Amino acid sequence: MLSIPVKKNGASRVLVLNSILFFMLCLLPLYLQAGPRGQPKEPIVFENPQIEKDYLELSEELRCLVCQNQNLIDSNAELADDLRREVAKMLKQGNNKEQVTEFMVERYGDFVLYNPPFKVQTWLLWGGPFVLMFWGIFALLQKVKASKEENSADSSALSEQEKAKLQAILKNK
Amino acid sequence: MKKQFMTPLIIFGLLVVLLVVGLMKAKYVRDVPSPLIGKAVPEFSIPTVEDQQKVFSNNDLKGQVSLVNIWASWCVSCRAEHKLLNVIAGQGIKIYGINYKDELPDARQWLAAYGNPYVKSAHDITGRAGIDWGVYGTPETFVIDKNGMIRYKHTGPVYQQDISEKILPLIKQLQAES
Repeated sequence: MLSIPVKKNGASRVLVLNSILFFMLCLLPLYLQAGPRGQPKEPIVFENPQIEKDYLELSEELRCLVCQNQNLIDSNAELADDLRREVAKMLKQGNNKEQVTEFMVERYGDFVLYNPPFKVQTWLLWGGPFVLMFWGIFALLQKVKASKEENSADSSALSEQEKAKLQAILKNK
Repeated sequence: MKKQFMTPLIIFGLLVVLLVVGLMKAKYVRDVPSPLIGKAVPEFSIPTVEDQQKVFSNNDLKGQVSLVNIWASWCVSCRAEHKLLNVIAGQGIKIYGINYKDELPDARQWLAAYGNPYVKSAHDITGRAGIDWGVYGTPETFVIDKNGMIRYKHTGPVYQQDISEKILPLIKQLQAES
């Protein structure tokens, strides 16, 4: 910010200071806008570390339905918070991870999962990369094989025509 | 053209087709397909906005074709569709409301100001019923058949076109079912 060449006289220094002040004033609305609004909510507290681990894993795997490219743990949306609390509550009540996942899928569908299950509709998603990989390996092998054959054909004995040509060259020497 | 150049070109062409299809569908990407369609409405029993002594429960939705509309006073697009709801309620369509995560005075004031098309509205202050209904953005509108089954879900505000082309014909069809 201060890389602007500053002339060493009083008037321009004041000008620079004024511009900096103006710039900071421009940033003020950003500061005012940032940060949570309203009453802070009760934090989610765990006494059992295993449950906490399950909770964190689930919050990473479940999608926030409001900001659809974020998972529950990333999202600040109100619904994400509600769902995080619901996940925590269900785990504390003794439900396992599968039961919580099932609960979410029953309500929001497979879309809620960042790890979609293997189904008829998702075979391309899961199988596609492997199909491409095997196709790539196959194509590569074919290519290697073809070029090997070509090479060996080249290096093998000369054809009759070539032999004659070679003899001609040698004789002329 | 040499065959070896054709292969990447064909793959590229297929990718383009895939992406174009994806983009064409992108308009509807926000519409998460509801797994609740074809299932019974979730069980709930919640005091109403109008009278906290009375409840709105899933049993109210049996024996008639009705709409369930998720709304809130803080929801701007709810206001956009509200006039239409008033109109179709006036035509005799039964609309039930679920007032989602709203303060009671706000909700009541809203109904007083914009009209109340609802038979009654559940006051779902915690949003827990909303989770059971798979709500992820207000407003949402569900069509419920006589057996209390969810038959259709509309996410976002309903417009005249949605009402006349989809919702009203569906209601008529469901009313004809025994």
